[in-house]
Amino acid sequence: MRGRTIQRHFRESLKSLTRNGWMTFASISAVTVTLLLVGVFTIIMMNLNKVADDIENDVEIKVLIEIIDDKEKAKAAEDTLISDIKKISGVEEVVYSSKEQELDLLIEDFGDDLSLFEQSNPLRNVLYVKAKEPQQTAKVAEKIEKLDNTYQVVYGEGKVEKLFSFLNTSRNVGLVLILGLLFTAIFLISNTIRITIIARKEEIEIMKLVGATNSFVRIPFVIEGMWLGILGSIIPMVVVSVVYYNVYNIVQPRLQGELLQLVDLTPLLYQVNVLILVLGMFIGIWGSFMSVRRFLKI
Amino acid sequence: MIQMNNVVKKYPNGVVAANGISVDIKQGEFVYVVGPSGAGKSTFIKLMYREEKPTSGDVIIAGTNLSTLKNRQVPFLRRQLGVVFQDFKLLPRLNVYENVAFALEVIEEHPKMIRKRVMEVLELVGLKHKVRMFPSELSGGEQQRISIARSIVNMPKVVIADEPTGNLDPETSWEIMNIFEEINTRGTTIVMATHNREIVNTIRKRVIAIEGGMIVRDVFGGDYGYEG
Ligand SMILES: Nc1ncnc2c1ncn2[C@@H]1O[C@H](COP(=O)(O)OP(=O)(O)O)[C@@H](O)[C@H]1O
Ligand SMILES: [Mg+2]
Repeated sequence: MRGRTIQRHFRESLKSLTRNGWMTFASISAVTVTLLLVGVFTIIMMNLNKVADDIENDVEIKVLIEIIDDKEKAKAAEDTLISDIKKISGVEEVVYSSKEQELDLLIEDFGDDLSLFEQSNPLRNVLYVKAKEPQQTAKVAEKIEKLDNTYQVVYGEGKVEKLFSFLNTSRNVGLVLILGLLFTAIFLISNTIRITIIARKEEIEIMKLVGATNSFVRIPFVIEGMWLGILGSIIPMVVVSVVYYNVYNIVQPRLQGELLQLVDLTPLLYQVNVLILVLGMFIGIWGSFMSVRRFLKI
Repeated sequence: MIQMNNVVKKYPNGVVAANGISVDIKQGEFVYVVGPSGAGKSTFIKLMYREEKPTSGDVIIAGTNLSTLKNRQVPFLRRQLGVVFQDFKLLPRLNVYENVAFALEVIEEHPKMIRKRVMEVLELVGLKHKVRMFPSELSGGEQQRISIARSIVNMPKVVIADEPTGNLDPETSWEIMNIFEEINTRGTTIVMATHNREIVNTIRKRVIAIEGGMIVRDVFGGDYGYEG
């Protein structure tokens, strides 16, 4: 295709954008609403994911110690273990808790029914280890696991499951909502293009009569659809960027040193903007394809 | 140039508008297609530019068999033909120049070539001085001349016309016929469906008469042949 022809197609597509004004407006609005939701939803999900990650990492490591019957040997083994753990880089503190203390904790949580275990305590002595940085928790746990006299090393249990299930639910609800809107937007665009095609019936007939190729006839409509998508993505990109930028600048300073942190502006905003634009173009092109296929019998 | 072998066209509603048509039209001929209304003249014309596909039989235009022609090759067939209609089919939003140039733009002709060819054909049809006018500002005869100019602007080997004078008064019809004759003397084959007895009887050419989808008469220099 020649440059001149491409120019012509763009010119034609822009002409019909202005020609059927309110349908153009309706389609662009539909794309705008859809993409705005996609943008907001994506940013919220990214932040919730980060929170879940952070919480998962910010937990104590519980080290169950191997049972050794000989009291002297047991004490020596525990001391070695404690000093070995303290040597691991990234470890902040190690707290010892005997099996009697552990049972007291359980009784506190679950009630006196458990007091009958005081005679023959089935629990083990435990070490609670805290990493300096939440992100290091997993690594530290891995290293502890390799040391002698550790029976089991666990961390992060049960703390994030609720959050994850909330995350999953909201992701599903959001996806259904967005999918519905996506189809509405595509439908509106294909309707707009249909009107363009009808408005140009004569022109198309003559084009075909004098030997225009099918793609020559089709391309302006597809470009028009693409414009609708691009125009519909402008407001969502601006709104999402400005709002998140401001929220970040207001909220983030107050979270200094806290566990909860917002996702950084970059690259998040670039990614979300690209997502919005690409999705907008996809909606527009797909919408017009559906019309061109159905109403342009060539 | 144009050959039809035993062509049958049955429309989906069951009407058989071409019922075993065989014909051979040579390069440079001028052919009238006559017959009562509903006889199948327009169908005959439409089969030639592949607006309709034959139900059976072969239509061969300039060596191309249209029965085996793929849909995506149809545009290239159409570029070898010019088509003129009773109702002109001009684009109201485009002026005279743009209407004619449109036929070359959509086949991606070079702009310099477009300008040159458009002015040439407008001169031929005698409307060079009205290039900036819009179809609504022109008479029926002038509009038909533009549509003829558009049909020949890409130098087709054949011009096909379906009742080109059907909407015009007698005097204007003669002007249009003069243009077709001029185009024909330059070597272009002309096939014209018409109802105009006077023209057929005066400008004597080959006459193909169709009735009920069949060729009932095919005479060189024949007359219109239907009375009253
Ligand atoms: N697209 C169509 N679908 C169904 N029937 C048609 C169609 N076009 C023409 N016909 C029928 O075919 C016959 C021939 O029509 P046509 O070729 O237009 O004749 P003419 O041009 O000689 O008046 C008529 O009976 C007409 O009703
Ligand atoms: Mg007819």
